[in-house]
Amino acid sequence: MLRYIVGRIGQSLVLLFLVSIIGYFVLLLAPGGPMSQFALTPGISKQDLDRIAEQMGLNRPIIVQYVDWLWHLLQGDWGASFRDNRPVLTVILDHLPATLLLMGSATAIAMTLGVWIGIMGAIRRYSIFDYAATVGAMIALSVPTFWFGLIAIYVFSLNLGWFPAGNMYTIGSGSVGDVLWHLVLPASVLALVDVAIWSRYMRTATLDVVNQDFIKTARAKGLSARRVLFKHVVGNALLPMITLAGLQVPALLGGALVTETVFTWPGMGRLFLDSLGYNDYPVVMGLLMFSAVLVLIGNLLADLISAFVDPRIRLA
Amino acid sequence: MSTVAPANLDLPPENWWRSRTARRFRRHRLAMFGVVMIAVLTIACVLGPYVLPYDQLFIDLRARFAPPMTGGHIFGTDPLGRDVAARLFHAGRISLLVGFCAMLISIVIGTVIGVLSGYYGGRVDAALMRFTDAFLSFPSIFLLLALAAFIRPDPLMITVIIAVTTWMEVARIVSTEVRSLRERDFILAARMLGLSNRWIMFRELLPNAIGPIIVAATLTVARAILLEAYVSFLGYGIQPPLPSWGNMLNGAQQYLGSAPWLAIVPGIAITLAVTSFNFIGDGLRDALDARSDLS
Repeated sequence: MLRYIVGRIGQSLVLLFLVSIIGYFVLLLAPGGPMSQFALTPGISKQDLDRIAEQMGLNRPIIVQYVDWLWHLLQGDWGASFRDNRPVLTVILDHLPATLLLMGSATAIAMTLGVWIGIMGAIRRYSIFDYAATVGAMIALSVPTFWFGLIAIYVFSLNLGWFPAGNMYTIGSGSVGDVLWHLVLPASVLALVDVAIWSRYMRTATLDVVNQDFIKTARAKGLSARRVLFKHVVGNALLPMITLAGLQVPALLGGALVTETVFTWPGMGRLFLDSLGYNDYPVVMGLLMFSAVLVLIGNLLADLISAFVDPRIRLA
Repeated sequence: MSTVAPANLDLPPENWWRSRTARRFRRHRLAMFGVVMIAVLTIACVLGPYVLPYDQLFIDLRARFAPPMTGGHIFGTDPLGRDVAARLFHAGRISLLVGFCAMLISIVIGTVIGVLSGYYGGRVDAALMRFTDAFLSFPSIFLLLALAAFIRPDPLMITVIIAVTTWMEVARIVSTEVRSLRERDFILAARMLGLSNRWIMFRELLPNAIGPIIVAATLTVARAILLEAYVSFLGYGIQPPLPSWGNMLNGAQQYLGSAPWLAIVPGIAITLAVTSFNFIGDGLRDALDARSDLS
């Protein structure tokens, strides 16, 4: 088990290294480059631009810049924001809780609903419910998240007035209940795609388990259908779902970006868009790396947890 | 060597329309709905602008925010008094074209990387697949936006960067497929004939892996249309006055209360197009899977 864990962590670190190369070079090789922001200043002279490039080390060979950047990154120095000169890592960590809250609630909603829909679809296979769930899931996967957000605001906020149209809390309030009230719409919008995915996987997983021998044994022992379903089928079908939760991190982060934009939710996604608007390279780069780290942690945890609960994986 | 055709063999002529695969596909109701829908959308986008009374760029400030079905505006007008229907069809041309072209580029990149890694295996495979994994570690919208923000945002560049962020799944699928085909007898025979690696990869292996590639291609069109909508909605994709389904929604949020059709109409167009391509992809997957006949 220890060997498996160490090996798996090693793999993630190698990937992270590759990720850093891709991220860094993609951004630096893009036309314009970090200097484009300063070149916009009216009346700035060539000498001034050269001086800025010199001070920021942007005139060195790109490989040297990369190694230097990576070296500082490893020591926790992610550079300073072009916008307000705050350390990048502090800026990102400031915005992290809001995003985690949004993603966590969306996952909770998606798991509960998705697992339930998946099980119902599997035990009533080819029923109207199953058919509707299948088609519904495919449509849900095709709706742009931001558009679903706009429609949700139009219906539940502008017309019915049940929930606020944006922001994380009412200014001056900020109690737990107030935040939760603001959370309902964005979390539900973000959860939509996930509900579709969870329900599809849960349906397949349930059908896989139902056809296995130990379920026949359980039935043959004379256990009630209810008991077989909840104790034997669902428990075993949930196992592959652990991996799914980890693999959903990139999609969730992407979804969070647009959801946060539509609902003016003060998370990492909005920070990313704002930083793009300012040509704030250090923060953009930091967020790219940070999101990749979150994705890799998600994958890693998914693998480790499923290895922990399923000995077949770690011994293979 | 392929010129020696066994002319006298009594094989039925190959007719794709009557093949089992085609029949299975035609029986797939959702996929057929998708095909019809895409045909309708394409025809509407190509011919629509010729039929409609208004030009998509014609600004009429007296007719701002006209609701749908008033004054000859089927879908109403936007904040500048431009006809939403005319813009919708023009936008459709761009969105569908960008989606389709992005898919083509994405399939080429993914197929080449997948075939190389699957055929050579070993270190080449490990290196290419780690590279693929690294790309998959970025949430695609983050990478796409980072690229889009720092380039010249014309339709061609948007198409290229969408392809750059969508080829990974194709590479994985092709690689797995090629790896399983590599050990088959016909490849052994091809090797013994002394055919070059390039010939074996692209003339022997690739045609046999075409099924999963077609399915992936269809689903990639759907993803590409969706991604274009995302970047354009966020303001980094197709730039006005050129319309796209995504950038038509760009300003829609602030008029949600007074002019909801600005948000509803393009959103439905995107959803219809993406859903249709997903349905078609699903139908193709079922049709190409010979096992589905048994169930």
